Amino acid sequence: MNGIAVHGMELHRDATGARMGMWLFLFSELILFGGLFLLYAVYRSSYPEDFHYAASHLDTAVGTINTLILLTSSLTMALAIGVLERGNRRLSSILIALTILLGIVFLVNKFFEWSAKFDHHLYPNSEELLLHTPGENVFYALYYSMTGLHGIHVLVGIGILSFMLYYVARKPRRALTLREGDPSSIIVQDGKGKKIWQHQTGEGVFGVDLTFIYNEHEEVTEGTTIKLENSGLYWHLVDVIWIFLFPLFYLIT
Amino acid sequence: MEKRHSVPLGTYFMIWFGLLVLTGVTVTAAGLHLGKLSIIVAILIATVKGTYVLFYFMNLKYEKRIFKIMFAVALSTFMIILLLTFVDVSFR
Repeated sequence: MNGIAVHGMELHRDATGARMGMWLFLFSELILFGGLFLLYAVYRSSYPEDFHYAASHLDTAVGTINTLILLTSSLTMALAIGVLERGNRRLSSILIALTILLGIVFLVNKFFEWSAKFDHHLYPNSEELLLHTPGENVFYALYYSMTGLHGIHVLVGIGILSFMLYYVARKPRRALTLREGDPSSIIVQDGKGKKIWQHQTGEGVFGVDLTFIYNEHEEVTEGTTIKLENSGLYWHLVDVIWIFLFPLFYLIT
Repeated sequence: MEKRHSVPLGTYFMIWFGLLVLTGVTVTAAGLHLGKLSIIVAILIATVKGTYVLFYFMNLKYEKRIFKIMFAVALSTFMIILLLTFVDVSFR
C-alpha cells in the first residue's frame, strides 16, 4: 500500500457481552434438557430393574464410538477457534469442516442405531413394546426423546458451523475511503504483492471522496472470532449433554 | 479489544486425551457390575468429563468471574429443582 493507512470500517464489538448472551442461551438449554434428565431420574428410581433390562438392548459399542466421535469433534472445534485467534483462516476452515464431518458421522451412526431398534419393533407405542413392562416403555420414550432432541441439536450445530465455514473461509470485504488531499498515487496490491488497482490523479484526490471495497485475504476480524467462539460454545454444550446421556442410557445394564 | 488469555493448543489435545481415557474408564467400570455403586461412578466420571469440557473447551476457566457466578446460579437452580422433585416423589 503506497503510504496510505487503511482504516477499514471498524465496528465496535463487545466480545464479552456477546459471549455472555450465548451463555445465557445455553442456560436455557440446560433447563430444557434438565427437565428431561429430571424425568429420567424420577422414572429410573421408580423402575430400576426395567431400566436396567431395557438398557441392555442398547448397543454399548455404538454409544461408545459416538462418544469418541463427539469428543473428537469438540477438540477440532476448540482448535478451529484457537487457530483463528492466531490468524490462520485456512486451517480454521479445515478444522470447522472436520467438525461438521464428525457431526454428520455421529448422526449417521444414530440413524443406523435407531433403525436397528425400529427393526426390532422397539419404538414408542409399537405393539411389541406395549407387551413389555411400563418401565421399559418409559425407558424407550425417554431414550427416543432425549437422544432425539440431542440429535436435533447436533443437526442445528452442523447448520451453524456450515454457515461459519463459509464465513471464515471467505475473504472479508474491507472498505477504503480516500478524501480530498490524500496522496495522488494509490496502488492496491493483493496478498501476493500483485498490483490489482491503481489510481492516479495529478493533484491528489480532488473534489470527491473515493470509496472502494476490496477483499483482504489474511485479516481475521474480531466479529468473525466472536461468531466462531459462540458457535463453539453451542457445539461444546451439545457434547456435554451427550457426556451425560451416554452413561445413563448405555452403561446401566 | 481486550486480549483474553489464549489457551495453548497443546492443552486442547491433552484435555481431549483425558476425555478419551475417562470414556474408557467409564465403559470399563460399567462392565465390572458394581451394583448400586455403578450409577454413582458413571455420573461422577461424566461430571469430571463435563467439567473439563466446560472449563477448557468452553473457556469458562479464563472467563470473568461473573460468568462463573452465572453458571453456578443456573446449575444450582437445576439442582434445587431436582432435589425438590425427589423430596416430592419420595414422600408421596
